[in-house]
Amino acid sequence: MGRYPAGSPGWRDKVTGQANYGADFSLPGMITGRVLRSPHAHARIVSIDTTEAGKLAGVRAVVTAADFPDLPSEVVAGGESPVNYRYISCNAIARDKVLYEGHAVAAVAAISAGVAEQALKLIRVEYEVLPHVIDVRDAMRDDAPLLHDNLYTEGVDPKPTKPSNIAKRTEFLLGDPAAGFAESEIILERSYTTQPVHQGYIEPHACVASVAADGMTTVWSSSQGQFMVREFCAKLLKIADSDIRVLPAEIGGGFGGKTTVYLEPLAIALSRKSGRPVKMVMSREEVFKASGPTSGGVLQVKLGARRDGTLVAAECELAYQAGAFPGSPAIPGCMTAFACYDIPNARTVGYDVVSNRPKCAAYRAPGAPMAAFAVESALDELALELGMDPVELRLKNAAKEGTRALYGPKMPVIGFVETLEAARAHAHYNTPLKANQGRGIASGFWFNIGGQSSAAVHINEDGTAEVVTGNPDIGGSRASMAIMAAEVLGIDYAKVKPLIGDTASVGYCFLTGGSRVTFATGKAVVEAANDVVQQLRARAAKIWKCEVDEVIWKDGVAHPAQGQTDTRTQLSLAEIAASAARTGGPISGKASLNVGGAGPGFGTHLCDVEVDPETGRVTVLRYTVIQDVGRAIHPGYVEGQMQGGAAQGIGWALNEEYVYDDQGRLQNSGFLDYRMPVASDLPMIDAVLVEVPNPAHPFGVRGVGEVPIVPPLAAVANAVARASGVRVNDLPISPPRLLAALMK
Amino acid sequence: MLTYNKPTTVDEAVILLQQPQHAARALAGGTDLLVELRSGRLAAQGIVDLKRIPELRALRAEQDGFRIGAAVSGAELGEHATLKAMWPGVVEAANLIGSTQIQGRASLGGNLCNASPAADSVPALIAAGARCTVAGPGGRREVPVESIVTGPGKTSLVSGEFVVDFVLPAQAARGGDAYLRFIPRTEMDIAVVGVAVNLTLDAAGVCTTARVAVGAVAPTARLVDAAGAALVGTTVDETALNALMAAVRAACAPINDKRGTIEFRTHVAGVLAGRAAKIALDRARSRA
Repeated sequence: MGRYPAGSPGWRDKVTGQANYGADFSLPGMITGRVLRSPHAHARIVSIDTTEAGKLAGVRAVVTAADFPDLPSEVVAGGESPVNYRYISCNAIARDKVLYEGHAVAAVAAISAGVAEQALKLIRVEYEVLPHVIDVRDAMRDDAPLLHDNLYTEGVDPKPTKPSNIAKRTEFLLGDPAAGFAESEIILERSYTTQPVHQGYIEPHACVASVAADGMTTVWSSSQGQFMVREFCAKLLKIADSDIRVLPAEIGGGFGGKTTVYLEPLAIALSRKSGRPVKMVMSREEVFKASGPTSGGVLQVKLGARRDGTLVAAECELAYQAGAFPGSPAIPGCMTAFACYDIPNARTVGYDVVSNRPKCAAYRAPGAPMAAFAVESALDELALELGMDPVELRLKNAAKEGTRALYGPKMPVIGFVETLEAARAHAHYNTPLKANQGRGIASGFWFNIGGQSSAAVHINEDGTAEVVTGNPDIGGSRASMAIMAAEVLGIDYAKVKPLIGDTASVGYCFLTGGSRVTFATGKAVVEAANDVVQQLRARAAKIWKCEVDEVIWKDGVAHPAQGQTDTRTQLSLAEIAASAARTGGPISGKASLNVGGAGPGFGTHLCDVEVDPETGRVTVLRYTVIQDVGRAIHPGYVEGQMQGGAAQGIGWALNEEYVYDDQGRLQNSGFLDYRMPVASDLPMIDAVLVEVPNPAHPFGVRGVGEVPIVPPLAAVANAVARASGVRVNDLPISPPRLLAALMK
Repeated sequence: MLTYNKPTTVDEAVILLQQPQHAARALAGGTDLLVELRSGRLAAQGIVDLKRIPELRALRAEQDGFRIGAAVSGAELGEHATLKAMWPGVVEAANLIGSTQIQGRASLGGNLCNASPAADSVPALIAAGARCTVAGPGGRREVPVESIVTGPGKTSLVSGEFVVDFVLPAQAARGGDAYLRFIPRTEMDIAVVGVAVNLTLDAAGVCTTARVAVGAVAPTARLVDAAGAALVGTTVDETALNALMAAVRAACAPINDKRGTIEFRTHVAGVLAGRAAKIALDRARSRA
């Protein structure tokens, strides 16, 4: 790759506060929307009376579920995994029942936030409070309060006759686990729990919606996909895709949590009713109470091995909390649990379980970190029991090209072994430890995805270029788009401006998620740039009055092909661009693809901690992330992804959790008591880039954004166990929990 | 409508704080008050900003110690070399509050009168034997710091009263203090447990006085007389430290909440007391 500056396009705007995020957009005549939320964890809505609120001076519109279509319950393709639009609709605004504290019940738009808030107090909601259930194990009991009267467990035979909070059972099977355990020389069985954790993006959900008199709807919002927002809003409000245009704002963090809609449908409904543009911004408390964390889980793992460390059989059963509506990542949990290893006999069983908590949303490698916590913790214990080095144990069983994965396919070209070898050779792994210190190691896998992407490359008269794609930039992808386009065009990176188009100005792009953008949208950019190169060669041929195949494109310049009598001069991109009007008009390339061949990603993490044996406090001393990144287009951003994933995983392991009171009300809906790590809690995280190129991408790109959150939970837990001699299998390993274990 | 007044004299402030139509709250640094107003947890009709009153912003060494205005910021305390040398525990406690930005505003007066059981500077002030001047409709009175807070969010101040300044005595020639708190993170957090120790030694290294105060383990910060007594007459050896830890734990009456459990807080209070006593001991010896 060519030379490029360290920062991304737009970094100056971000560091000076000039970048326009979701809440920064304003329109003339704009009014403010606010949401009335349920004070109860579980209740039937007997009635809602908005009369008084509607009469308050300054109130322009009030909406409830009655203002939205009553959608059928059906699972369709959409978002990052199959979606049920009824669930998304009922989550955005409660219909008949409220299912968690903070569930939206009504929304008001008024001339000021103060008036809107006053109006919320005038809305009379009569609730019939119902028994609630928070914990996933309690929710699975036969006598648990039921959230949905019509929810029957899928995937069990015969079909159940009684409704349940268990939405689905899924099983994956390879070989014969029973026979595998029978021939194992050592069997280890353990139970684990993890807590739901929030993505913790700094920018709360925010949008502006404006519905014109002719019904044309425009939405400005911060999300991980303007096309996703369009699709979801169109379905929820029954309007045509072509009648909604969504413009992406700069995004202040997503991590998967902005792959759905909360405020947008409400803002559209309020704007439609009031005839005014409506802005809505969540408070941090609303973000915690009403937007998705990822699931907590209850997991059992059983490993069978020979004395030499060869894994013969493995089983994992996991139950994930979906929150108020089905849709936890139990299936990817089952698929990823053993994906790092070549185990001939394996089974995973997953349960998707609803309870009275906010509906979960995607969070970096959805479902994988919890499963990896269980499996990688058990492997660490197995290594200790066998007296084996934990890296050696993993190397002995590592998945390689051709390994049959439990979920079906054979692994393509992957770099897992390379990450383990890099870990073993790293200075970190070979540095002595002091008293009360311990070193943990853990590995992780994520599929990465491709999917539908579009890109356009426009050449300007002065020889500069624009690259337009439809994916919000949550991890530095704009820089990678520009670098790849510049590389293909053969011009300087500084001459390529990457832009993110709205839904009416670029072809469809699936949302920013699944670590797909640099891979899939990047491939569309490369093809669009190649399209431009073809056109540039054609223009040169026209000028030179020769055939196109007599022109070659090299380093941003048209050259006569080898063997041509060379009376012609060379033509630069800028020269061709300047004369474009005379050679056929504007030069513009595009590509719209459905990209396959995403390269799976693997990572291995090393973590040193020190445990205070008197208080249970854990200090992370040193942390190294080693990952197969395929090929790093912008190494600085790739390192940033690896460090960020590790930081979030460390918080997940040590302190993050939702604390509920006995009424099912969240007690820590703010960053003070929802304890994500602050900068001073973490050492500088070392990132080691292993590059095993993905043959399915022109530059060898693999997704990198999700893998790094998979190993840290176990890496930290294994380090704590080796430092303290006490193993805590229930996250978070908070000081009270670890101290209690130490004092046992 | 929220009224905002910025009196420049103590008398003016006393009058403003008494006006019932304002239901006014005193504002020093505002780092707690403004957050509570914005979140809707507190509904005040008026704010009386005390920062413009010169007395409340003055920090000066006096013959027998220091007089610290109630609105002097944490950052100013941290930059006062002689105060820091004499009362490192008090200054460290004040400087633990919030972040660098918060330190530019946060004050001892606000930290005390916000009446949080977890206020960091309060145990340190109590251990140091600090007193404060309260001004009000009945004039001025000087009272021990531990007499101000009566429960979470509650003080002994009556309408129109506020804290003008703190008086820290001179530290004894062989005296040292220390404050330690427990938080799961490294900063930007609120004490799960806080312990302050202030002790003096005689020429032989025997402890002659000791004041121990705990925070976040009871409805208010507490002076634990038995804990101080456990050190007096000893060389602050292991036996004395064990007695100190036991006395501190016995004085704890914490709750289970989102920040910690009863068992955890009680155990860690003892641990921190022992550690703070060792730091205070080192400081007392090095000052001698």
